Amino acid sequence: MSVNYFPAEFEVLRNTDKCIKCRACERQCANEVHFYDADFDKMLTHDDQCVDCQRCVTICPTGALKIHKNPNEFRQNYNYTQQIMTENYRQAGTGAVLLSSMGNPLPYPVYWDKILINASQVTNPSIDPLREPMETKVFLGKKPDKVTFNKDGSVNTKLDPHLELSVPIMFSAMSYGSISKNAHESLARAATELGTYYNTGEGGLHKDFYQYGANTIVQVASGRFGVFKDYLETGAAIEIKMGQGAKPGIGGHLPGAKIREDVSKTRMIPMGTDAISPAPHHDIYSIEDLRQLIYSLKEATEYKKPIIVKIAAVHNVAAIASGIARSGADIIAIDGFRGGTGAAPTRIRDNVGIPIELALASVDQRLRDEGIRNNVSVVVAGSVRSASDAVKAIALGADAIYIATPALLAMGCHLCRSCHGGKCNWGIATQRPDLVKRLNPDVAYKRLVNLVHAWDHEIKEMMGGMGINSIEALRGNRLMLRGIGLTDRELKILGIAHAGE
Amino acid sequence: MKRVYVNEDRCLGCHLCEFYCSFANSGADDMAKAFKLDMAATPRIKVEEGGDINFAVSCRHCSDPSCVNNCITGALSVHDGVIEIDESRCVGCYTCVLSCPYGCIVIDKKNGGKTITKCELCTRNSQGEPACVKGCLNSAIVFEERGED
Amino acid sequence: MKYVIIGNSAAGIGTVEGIREYDKDGEIVIISDEKYDTYSRPLISYILKGQVTEENMRYRNADFYEKNKVTKMLGKRVASINADKKEVSLESGETVSYDKLMVATGSKPFVPPMTGLDRVAKKFSFMKLDDEKAVKEAVFDGARVLIVGAGLIGLKAAEALEHYNAKMTVVDLANRILPSILDEDASEIMQKHIESKGVKFILNTSVSEFTENTATLANGETVEFDMVILAVGVRPNTELVKDAGGNVGRGIITDNKQLTSLKDVYAAGDCTESYDISIDGNRILAILPNAHNQGVVAGKNMAGKEAYYLNAFPMNAIGFFGLHIITAGSYDGEAMVETDGVNYKKLVVKDKQLKGFILMGKYIERAGIYTSLIREHITADECDYELMMKAPQMMAFNRERRNDKLAGGVGNEN
Repeated sequence: MSVNYFPAEFEVLRNTDKCIKCRACERQCANEVHFYDADFDKMLTHDDQCVDCQRCVTICPTGALKIHKNPNEFRQNYNYTQQIMTENYRQAGTGAVLLSSMGNPLPYPVYWDKILINASQVTNPSIDPLREPMETKVFLGKKPDKVTFNKDGSVNTKLDPHLELSVPIMFSAMSYGSISKNAHESLARAATELGTYYNTGEGGLHKDFYQYGANTIVQVASGRFGVFKDYLETGAAIEIKMGQGAKPGIGGHLPGAKIREDVSKTRMIPMGTDAISPAPHHDIYSIEDLRQLIYSLKEATEYKKPIIVKIAAVHNVAAIASGIARSGADIIAIDGFRGGTGAAPTRIRDNVGIPIELALASVDQRLRDEGIRNNVSVVVAGSVRSASDAVKAIALGADAIYIATPALLAMGCHLCRSCHGGKCNWGIATQRPDLVKRLNPDVAYKRLVNLVHAWDHEIKEMMGGMGINSIEALRGNRLMLRGIGLTDRELKILGIAHAGE
Repeated sequence: MKRVYVNEDRCLGCHLCEFYCSFANSGADDMAKAFKLDMAATPRIKVEEGGDINFAVSCRHCSDPSCVNNCITGALSVHDGVIEIDESRCVGCYTCVLSCPYGCIVIDKKNGGKTITKCELCTRNSQGEPACVKGCLNSAIVFEERGED
Repeated sequence: MKYVIIGNSAAGIGTVEGIREYDKDGEIVIISDEKYDTYSRPLISYILKGQVTEENMRYRNADFYEKNKVTKMLGKRVASINADKKEVSLESGETVSYDKLMVATGSKPFVPPMTGLDRVAKKFSFMKLDDEKAVKEAVFDGARVLIVGAGLIGLKAAEALEHYNAKMTVVDLANRILPSILDEDASEIMQKHIESKGVKFILNTSVSEFTENTATLANGETVEFDMVILAVGVRPNTELVKDAGGNVGRGIITDNKQLTSLKDVYAAGDCTESYDISIDGNRILAILPNAHNQGVVAGKNMAGKEAYYLNAFPMNAIGFFGLHIITAGSYDGEAMVETDGVNYKKLVVKDKQLKGFILMGKYIERAGIYTSLIREHITADECDYELMMKAPQMMAFNRERRNDKLAGGVGNEN
C-alpha cells in the first residue's frame, strides 16, 4: 500500500481497563476497524478505516470505547484548511470525484436558528394542549376557490384529490436500494401507524410493501425505475422528482453492487447493472412538458391521486414554483440545500442550492402575490431537524414538512456520511444481508412512531403557547416569527420582523 | 410459562448475550470487574454461527425434561417450570449433557468441569429479566409466554 | 388403590413419581432391603473419595417420602410374591398385600468361582452404600488394592481409591478395559490415561488362585494385595418374579408398559430387559436414567394412565480420573473417527442414520444433540449430517425443524 499523504480522520480510544475483549466491536464493524491480536492478547484497531459511525461505541457492553477526531494537526492555515488539503491528497491519489453522503455539513447559516417563535401573554391567551383540543391534522392538495354546500350541510363543491395527514410530518423520499428493505419496512409501518406517508424514492416499491400503499407516496424520477401501472395505482399520491436538495442539477447513480436480486426486481433492471438516473427528465424541457407528465400520471390513475412535484431549492426557486403551481401539480415539495442523500459528489452537495428557509419564504410569498397559493400545497424538506424547525417552517408558509434525516437518526444513523460505501453498520444504507439484519423493523418502526409523536406533542405545545389551536391557523402566520441577528435583506426575504420590533 | 426465544432472522451473532450471561451470573457488580477479576461465570447461552444465519440457544425448560429425568443424583430439578441445578449435588457425570437434545447443558469450565451449569432464566441472580434478553442488541432474544403448555 | 414397590432406588423412585402424576392419594409402600432413604448408587465412588457427603448423595430430597405420601419399609427383604393372592411375603414373616406391584430389585454383583477366594478377608463388592462403608473402613493410605474387573464399577472404585494413594492393580480377562462401552481405540486411550495416574492393568488373564494376600494369575504373575475389589459383573435380581411364575430371560421380561407376564406385577430398572432400538433386540440396559424412566412409565400405567417405554438404547456418561466419556447406541455401521490420541470421537452411521457414538475428552460437549438423532431416528435426509458430524449443533437442522425444536422445547424428549 502506498502512502496516503493524510492521516486517519478518526482515532479509536479504548479504555483497556474496561475492555473485556468480547470482540463485539470487531464482529459489528463492517469497516473492519477492530481486531483481536492474540500475541498482545488485546483488541487493536485500524483507525484509518473508521468512519465514526459510533456502532461499536454504542454496543460496547462496558463503555470502553470512544471515537474522536484525530487530533493530529497540519500546519495551521486559514485558507488551505486541513480538510481542503486532505481532499486534494485524496483526489491526487484516486483521480476521482469526491463522493459523500447525507446533507451539506458546512458552516453555512442555519436560518431556523436565527428565527424565534412568539408566545401569548395576557391577551389572546395561550392554550393548554393537554386540556383543550389541538388540531395537527392537515390536508394536502389543491384547495377550491370557493366551497358551496347542499341543504343538508354536505359539501357541494367537487374537491380535488388530497392527502390527509394526522400530523404535518411525512417521511421524505429514500429509495429502496439506497436504504435497506428493513428500513423501508420500518418507514412504511410507522407511516401507517401514524396516519401519515412515507415516500418510496425513485427505486420502485418492493412487493412486500404494497400492503402499506394507502400510506405510500410513489415517486417517478428521471430513471423511471420500477414505475408501472400497479405501482402508480398502489400509492396514495405520486411524486415527480425534478430535483433533490443534496445534488441539484445532477442525476443519481446507484452502483451495480447494490443491485441485488430484490432491488433488481423492484427497480426492474438487470442484477448488477448500475442504476443511473439522468440529470434531467429527458421528456421535460419546459413547464408544458412537466404538465404533460403530470396529466399523464393523473390520467393513468383516473384523477384519484394528487401529484407532487419535487424540486431542489435553487436560486430562482420562486419562479419555478410559480410555473409548477400553474402546471396542474397538487403539491410542490421543495428540498433545501441541507437535504440528505445516499451519495452525491461532495462539491455539488456542499456548494449548490440555497437554504430551505429562504426558498420557502420566497415561494410562499410569490404564490400569494400571484394569487395561486391555493392551487397547491407546499411541503418543505432539506433539513427540518426538530419540532421547532417544523413550527417555524409552517409559520413561514409550509403546509407540511418532509423529514428523512431525523427518521434515519431514529433508526440508529449517526450521520457518519458514508452511505455511499454501502457498509452501513446500522443496517440502513446497505444491501448486505448481514448488515440489513441489524435493523430490526419491529424496533425501528416504534422508534419512528415515537419520534413523530414526540414532535407532535412539541408542536402542539408551541402552538398552544402562541394561542393557536390548529395548523391551519399557524400556516403562513409570519407574525409569530422574529429574526435574530439577521440583516434587513434576510428579514425581507423571510418576510419577518426582527426581534424587538 | 415465559421462556427465552431467539429469532434467527434478527440474531446478529455478536455473542453479547454470552457475555451478559457470564456477567449476570458472576456475582460482580460491574461487568469489567467480572471479567478482569476472573469472576465471570461460564455462559449458559451459546451462539451458533453459520454465515448468514446466527442464533443463540439456551435451556428450553422442557415440561418433561430428559436432563432432570436422567440425572443420576437428583441435582437437576424443576421449580415453577424452571429447571435448576443444585451444584452441591452435581458430580459432573454429564448424563444431562448426554440427554439434552438441544445441547443446552453447559460444562462449567469455570470450576474445571466439576459440575454442569445451565440457564435458570436469571431467577437465581439479581437480574430479574434474563440478562441475555436485556442485553440483546437487536431484540432478537425475547422472554415471553407462547402458550404451548 | 394400594401400590407396593420392591426397591428404593432409581426405578422405585421413578415409579412413585409416575404414580403420583395421576394418583395423588393411593397408598404407596416401598420395601427395600437397604436401610437408607433413596440414594444415588453411582455416587458411592464419589463418597469414597470425599467429593460428596452422605447428605448430598440423596437421590431425592429428604421430604420426598412425606411429600409423596410413601410408607417406607426399609431394611426388609421380600422373600416371595404371590401373584394370585396379590401379596408379597417378607423374610421377616410379614405379608404385604397390593393392588399393583412394582419389582425394582436391581442387580447384584456376579462373582465367578475363584479358588481360594474364601481365604481373602478383605474382599468387597462396590455397588451399594454398605459396600462403600466397608471399603472405607478397610482402606488405608498406600494400601495395595487388587481390582478384579476393568469395567465401569471397577474403574470407578479405582478412581476413588486413588485418593487413598492406593497402589492398584486391575485384572481382567478381556484384552481391553471398558469393553461394554468403548471400542478398541477408545479403550486404549482411556487405559493409557488411567495408567498415567499410577494404576496397573493386567489384561487377558484372570486370577487362578487366591491366598490371604496374594493372587496368582493364570498367566503366572502374582499380585500382592491388602484388599480386593470384586467387580467382574452384575446379574439382575430376577428370582422373585421367576419363582412366582413370571417370564424371565436374562432379565425380567416386560411389555413396553413395563408389565410382566404376571397380572398387576410390573418391573423396571436393572432387573429387566429392554428393547434396544440401536440393535433391534432385547437386552439389559443397566443404566440409571433407564431405570428411572422405566419406573415413571410403569408408575403411570399402575395408576391407570397409559404410557409406553420406547426408544431405549444404551447410553453412558462417565469420567475416570478427569477424562470424560459419553457414549450411546451401537457401534455397528460406518464409522467416522476423529482423534488426537487423547480426545476421541467416533460416530457410527448405518442406513443414513446415526446409530451410536463414542465421545471422549473435548468432544463431549452438546452430545445430547447426537443422542436426539438416535432417539428421534433423524436421518441424513432430515438434517445436514456433514455439519452435524463436525460438531453437534442445531444449525444442522433445517430452519423449520430447528425453529420447531427451539420454539417448542416443551415436549417429552424421552
